[in-house]
Amino acid sequence: MTTRASLLIGSSLAAALLLTAACNPPGGTKSASSDSSLAAKSFVAPGQKDEFYLFYSGGHSGQVYVAGLPSMRHISTIPVFAPYPATGYGFDVESKAMMGQFTWGDVHHPGLSQTDGLYDGRWLFVNDNANNRIARIDLRDFKTKQIFGPIPNSSGSHGSSFLTENSEYVLVASRFSVPLPKGRYADVAKYKDEFNGMVSGIKIDAKTGEMSVGWQVLTPPFNWDLGSTGKGPSSGWAFWTSYNSEMAHETLEATSTQSERDYAAVVNWRAAEQAVKDGKATMLDGVPVIDPAKVPGVMYFLPVPKSPHGIDTDPSGRWIASSGKLQPVTSVFDFEKIKKAIDARTFDGEVRGVPVIKHAAVIEGEVPVGLGPLHTQFDGKGNAYTSLYIESAVAKWTLPPWNDQQKKDLNGIVTDKIPVHFNIGHLVVGGSDTKKPYGKYLVAMNKLSKGRHISVGPSQPESSQLIDLEGGKMTMLYEAYTEPEPHFAQILKVDAIAPIEVYPKAENTNPNAVWSADQARITRTGNKVDVRMMAIRSRFVPDKIEVRAGDEVTIHVTNSEQTTDMIHGLGIGEHNINVVVDPGETKTVKFTAGKAGVFPFYCTNFCSALHQEMQGYLGVKP
Amino acid sequence: MNARFVSMQRLLDRPVSLTGRLLVLVAVVVLLAGATLPLWRISLVAPQYAEGLTLDMYAYQIVAGNDGQDLAEINTLNHYIGMKHIAQADFLEMKLLPFAIGVFALLALRAVAVGTIMSLVDLAMLFTYFGVFSLGSFAYRLYSYGHHLDPAAPMTIEPFMPVVFGSQQIANFVQTSLPLAGTLCMVGFFLLLITATWSSVREARREAA
Repeated sequence: MTTRASLLIGSSLAAALLLTAACNPPGGTKSASSDSSLAAKSFVAPGQKDEFYLFYSGGHSGQVYVAGLPSMRHISTIPVFAPYPATGYGFDVESKAMMGQFTWGDVHHPGLSQTDGLYDGRWLFVNDNANNRIARIDLRDFKTKQIFGPIPNSSGSHGSSFLTENSEYVLVASRFSVPLPKGRYADVAKYKDEFNGMVSGIKIDAKTGEMSVGWQVLTPPFNWDLGSTGKGPSSGWAFWTSYNSEMAHETLEATSTQSERDYAAVVNWRAAEQAVKDGKATMLDGVPVIDPAKVPGVMYFLPVPKSPHGIDTDPSGRWIASSGKLQPVTSVFDFEKIKKAIDARTFDGEVRGVPVIKHAAVIEGEVPVGLGPLHTQFDGKGNAYTSLYIESAVAKWTLPPWNDQQKKDLNGIVTDKIPVHFNIGHLVVGGSDTKKPYGKYLVAMNKLSKGRHISVGPSQPESSQLIDLEGGKMTMLYEAYTEPEPHFAQILKVDAIAPIEVYPKAENTNPNAVWSADQARITRTGNKVDVRMMAIRSRFVPDKIEVRAGDEVTIHVTNSEQTTDMIHGLGIGEHNINVVVDPGETKTVKFTAGKAGVFPFYCTNFCSALHQEMQGYLGVKP
Repeated sequence: MNARFVSMQRLLDRPVSLTGRLLVLVAVVVLLAGATLPLWRISLVAPQYAEGLTLDMYAYQIVAGNDGQDLAEINTLNHYIGMKHIAQADFLEMKLLPFAIGVFALLALRAVAVGTIMSLVDLAMLFTYFGVFSLGSFAYRLYSYGHHLDPAAPMTIEPFMPVVFGSQQIANFVQTSLPLAGTLCMVGFFLLLITATWSSVREARREAA
């Protein structure tokens, strides 16, 4: 080759390298898929319906969002812990009372009710990490029916809302330890001695779904993080991870990450239930608390890689996957070995009277999934999927039992990896926490979305990505910008439920409901004015309310329609009142008439061709 | 000429044949079945009512679709054009029709027992009148609903004649009105009477020959 030719080739290579480097520096995963054949896989044509519901938590928005899969379209919002004028939630007497003194919550982990280890389509439970509450949404009408809490002796309700296999209990655990009972002061410097954590089983009434505290187990002031429930061989057991087994109380970032391992709690909830029945619990703040040091057989500690996050039981109930976010592995424990270790007392000492299960006796293997593993989901076909926060990827790996060759090099069982954008937190595979997962789709809920969307300024949305699990390799299908901030989600087959679309008139037992114009009336008792109002296309009856300043006004408004989607709202000008009433529903608003004047009220939810005309006046005489 | 009347009179006085009696018995069963089945369906279909709003008219009741809700919905919609509320109580026919059908069943049973061809002819003639009158009355009902519109209603539309048989467009709705099984039973009753008459006449002539 001539010098000139070499020079030519050399310089063009250099130029090409420079060019590629400028376009796409190595290591980035900002790739955009341009395979339009993939579009068909998530395309739900106008008029067609999705196959699955995706219920995702709205984090500190306090709400639950409903999207369809595979389209990822946001369909509806279920207000839970925060007012939502769009459906009038938080303005009427009933929802206001349910929300209590708070106007926000931090929704983390939605959990569907189960019967025999399968979703039964009755309720969805969500926890409020901030105010230690748990809410029940009825899937018959997609409405919040109960907000339970603040739960006594529990602070930072994060390790929630995981359901036992027959919805006996929904799990709750304290992320933040405080002096107990709540309301007692102690110096944070005395954290180790004065503060305590708590794991709880919130009992669910099998008929009504009403929640109450079933049992609580007192723990050292570890930070309880995430949990799951057992089934099959692990039936009757519950698991939680914790961080900060160092019991540090300041600059946790460094002080709580010193030990190589933290503890998971392995709780025999049937034994806890029995202990309460047998009177072995102590009442604290009105609820039964079990001291595990005094009641053996209820709680054990299991060492897991340091600062773990998720702890997930597989569909068989035998394998438990837990990931330490600071180690690049997911630990797989064999519950059968855990059971044996407990029976044979194969312990490694104890912490405050709680036996520590010998790690070596129960570990099946540490799967090298990648950097920053958090949560694991299962497809029911022997595969597990772990989210990798730091690596921004999802790793697919094979569950045990493994053969000798696989055991020798667990790198071999990681069969696929797909980049996600970016910094994935939770991920969900439909039915992963049941005996029979749907598989099919995985939704990656990413914490950062920067650069993926048209710019909307500094408040950046969260992105969620739909991944196809059918076929050998994971395929990225679609991405959407989910309302802040999805932590976890549940996927439910659409045909698993049959929600009502109007409240049947026959079921409305509200004594103030009105169904025809002649039943509507205004009554006055002293300074109390009671209005029984009917809303129907396209008028309010009555549409003139006259009161005196200082009167206590109560309006019971009934939407006397029985037609799907014929929703009426009642907004009163300058009164901070807007209720939205579904067909067949009666809602009550209360206010004290303030300054004199005439205030228009009108239908806020577009109803009919003469919706604009649906209005009236509230006259306040001085 | 006179002989012809006499022979006709003789024929009409002949008893109903055995086959004829059986056919009339079947006709009674068909008539009574018709009294319990829906006679006519009026349906309204629009883009936002893709599954349609339906009213099934029986001899004695109105059954609206969607567990009765469709009647409330039709009335709610009709109030915009000032149409009178459709209420079963206003339908005098729904009290008279069952009575009339009972009378026809009794007369038919009498024909089965002691009937002559004449009684079948009377029955068929009266029933034809009854049928035509009922249909006319039904059409007049629809006419009234479409023509007596409250002038103070939110929307002013030209008075209209709802279709009795077939389909037509009214604003955003396609209104369809078609007979149902009950009406077919009524027609069946009539045809069975005719067949019974024909069979009795044939047998009478055969015997005379």
